[in-house]
Amino acid sequence: MRTSFHPFWAGVRDELPLLIGVFPFGLIYGTLALGAGIPIAAAQAMSVIVFAGSSQFAFAQLVHESTPALVILVTITIINLRHMLYSASLAPYLQKLNLRWKILLSYLMTDEAYAVAILNYERTGGDAGGHLYFLGAGLALWTTWQGSTALGLWVGAFVPANLSLDFALPLTFIAMVVPILRNRPGVAAALAAGIVAVFTYPLPYKLGLILASLVGISVGVFLEGRVERNTMPGEGEK
Amino acid sequence: MNTWLVMLLGGFITFGMRYSFVYLLGRYEIPGVIRRALHYVPPAVLSAIVFPELILQDGNIDLSLGNSRLIAGLIAIAIAAWTRNSLLTILAGMAALIIFQLLGL
Repeated sequence: MRTSFHPFWAGVRDELPLLIGVFPFGLIYGTLALGAGIPIAAAQAMSVIVFAGSSQFAFAQLVHESTPALVILVTITIINLRHMLYSASLAPYLQKLNLRWKILLSYLMTDEAYAVAILNYERTGGDAGGHLYFLGAGLALWTTWQGSTALGLWVGAFVPANLSLDFALPLTFIAMVVPILRNRPGVAAALAAGIVAVFTYPLPYKLGLILASLVGISVGVFLEGRVERNTMPGEGEK
Repeated sequence: MNTWLVMLLGGFITFGMRYSFVYLLGRYEIPGVIRRALHYVPPAVLSAIVFPELILQDGNIDLSLGNSRLIAGLIAIAIAAWTRNSLLTILAGMAALIIFQLLGL
């Protein structure tokens, strides 16, 4: 059944359900970037150059608050660290490709493309068409992200400033965080980071954000270690 | 540093992390504790951004019912936990805030 599809189009098809969720995020990103005072060209270029949703939202928020460049870069790095995990998990399947493919597929390695591509690799055991499938999923997402950003930038020009649209940013983060809080260490990590962030907010250069993130991550790892000692190993993996 | 330079550097760092293990495979392996830590990065960083947005009003902690952003945020959290639908979460939170503001709360 599946083999009747060219692997590229199979990748596009399997990515489609995720695009429904991605489109509004791109739309909101475009609108908010404009509201944060980022020039249109820069906001669109960001979607091409960085191409990582939550870090782009944080970027818009931090630029809006005139945060120093170094703190913005550290924040982008922390938020995007998870891509190293994707890189490690996909690496064995990309080893036989030439340099150009490795670079192209690494560029397209977003949350949503990763999710679809890794499932396909595990299902097929990494057969010959896997990279085309990955390319199909990745390009489908790339096109949707660029298109929705552009539409958001266009719509954003007509949104009145007094609509409190900046509130969509924390709401977007809530929509991202709450569904991934599946266990106690995760919830504890989120609460610890949030509470520390409130009390360290007055620190200069948004250092509180970085401090709070590190505390949250440490709490999560510590509690997971404690939970694991009481259960069978191998559980708790994503 | 200007916006463009920060963006280019941010893009370079992000690509570097995506490419890292594709490049390094066979030469290095992620230590287990780092692998586990990476799972907690999204909830920690995003919560660290959200909490002050909801709780601080003009730099002061405000946990009262008069803090419309806090109440609208809590409604959004409840909707997110219940439906896991991101678009619905954002729309409900925005609607709640606008209603509170119209009511003058």
